[in-house]
Amino acid sequence: MSKILEIKNLKKNYHTIQKETCAVKDFSMELEEGEFVAIVGPSGCGKSTILSILSGLEEKSSGTISYGDKKIGYMLQTDALFEWLTILENCLLGLRIKKELTEEKKDYVISLLKKYGLGDFLDSYPNHLSGGMRQRVALIRTLATKPDILLADEPFSALDYQSRLTISEDVFRILKEEKKSLILVTHDIAEAVSMGNRVIVLTKRPAMIKKEYEIVLEHPSTPIENRKDKAFSYYYEEIWKEIDHE
Amino acid sequence: MSKEQQKFLKETKRKKYLILFLQFFLLFFFLCLWQISSSLGWINSFIFSSPGKVIQTMITLFKEGSLLHHIGITLFETLLSFFLSSLLGILIATILWWWDICAKVLDPYFTVLNSLPKVALGPMILIWFGANMKSIIFMAMLISLIISILNIYQGFKKVDSEKIKLMKTFYAKKWQIWRYLILPSNASTIIATSKLNISMCFIGVIMGEFLVSKEGIGYLIMYGSQVFNLNLVISGIVLLSFLATALYASILLLEKLSIRRRD
Ligand SMILES: Nc1ncnc2c1ncn2[C@@H]1O[C@H](COP(=O)(O)OP(=O)(O)OP(=O)(O)O)[C@@H](O)[C@H]1O
Ligand SMILES: [Mg+2]
Repeated sequence: MSKILEIKNLKKNYHTIQKETCAVKDFSMELEEGEFVAIVGPSGCGKSTILSILSGLEEKSSGTISYGDKKIGYMLQTDALFEWLTILENCLLGLRIKKELTEEKKDYVISLLKKYGLGDFLDSYPNHLSGGMRQRVALIRTLATKPDILLADEPFSALDYQSRLTISEDVFRILKEEKKSLILVTHDIAEAVSMGNRVIVLTKRPAMIKKEYEIVLEHPSTPIENRKDKAFSYYYEEIWKEIDHE
Repeated sequence: MSKEQQKFLKETKRKKYLILFLQFFLLFFFLCLWQISSSLGWINSFIFSSPGKVIQTMITLFKEGSLLHHIGITLFETLLSFFLSSLLGILIATILWWWDICAKVLDPYFTVLNSLPKVALGPMILIWFGANMKSIIFMAMLISLIISILNIYQGFKKVDSEKIKLMKTFYAKKWQIWRYLILPSNASTIIATSKLNISMCFIGVIMGEFLVSKEGIGYLIMYGSQVFNLNLVISGIVLLSFLATALYASILLLEKLSIRRRD
């Protein structure tokens, strides 16, 4: 496997009238091709900030980020689907903005939608879809631009527990099948352990790495199955202890 | 369909027709009362006119060919100022959204202009632009534009920040955010503003016609009152209510069409 992303000594200060906030102090990590890394940490510690910087939404204060010619896609916490566009049009949005929309890419997006159970909804509007389906559309919208690395910021937190489980199963399968790498930010330890090859635990703000776990399960499988693995509860408890609870 | 459901539907329908009937009845009753009391001399028909005389006046105007002319003029002025102020409203709201600093700088001026009774500027407008259609259009736009701008700008500002973030994750340029997100997500705001806008323009146009006093329904009313021809005045008012209703109904139609397209 080869390294596709490297972050070194990342630092981020936010400036507001009231004060200067150091959100990320010294964060370094590497991502291998096809690897799923989960980042957990106490609320407000700077997790979203890290992803925002990686995706170019925010400027870093210092440090280096290198990912060569790889492309990064970002999946937000809410699906942010446009109600006035059809499902297909929503999924083509990124391509349209980047002016990369060709018949070939359109066919690719349609094939993704069909493959992942949304074939009957190409011309429907988002308000006809359930929360889980909407999240799947949001994922395909991100995949449409063919990113190599997917960033996801608590992508399921707006859903109920049942849908969360199914959609995390779906996302996992889709990303594995499409051979993507994933950085997943979550506050749900079970989600982190069941989806990640590696879990990074952050300290309280400003974010630094407190500990890293290589997740080695007896029978690695899909997220729902992984939750039943013998080693699962061990990691769950270890990480639970590691996170700073207020 | 069950019996109860049938009964319910029947009942609902009956109520609807009853309301419609009463609405017409009220109008009819009022017209009859008006006609009778002026025929029997209960009220002074010189001052209060009567439905018959109003109809007569309109027929005469129609035969002279001036009825349609005046309606046409008023309609044209209203639609022109409506289109101009809608267009300018969107344009200026866009500028404010684009350069946040503009919005902040202009904010107090908008507040003052918005609360200023625009009629007060009438005489000045007349001097600047002369007694012609320009003054009328300017008056109408003055009345409708500020509120249009403010409403549309509010809508632009309220766009979901997550959606803007999404656009940025695709490295969208500012004009793309405007084109693909800000504008389409505000379709309903713009239509709602149009509803307000068309009434405002209509008011402005009539005010302008009072001032300029050359042609249009506003002029008819003004002229009628000057020569003490109350038949003419009331005919003008009746025309105005028809026109106002028609304008409002066409915007409602527009709204319906735009909603159907989306769902
Ligand atoms: N635009 C901003 N301006 C100023 N401060 C900010 C900004 N965005 C975030 N912060 C601050 O930076 C810190 C880290 O924020 P961040 O959103 O990265 O945390 P998080 O780990 O994602 O939290 P959560 O678990 O609640 O999502 C917080 O204290 C927050 O108040
Ligand atoms: Mg966050």
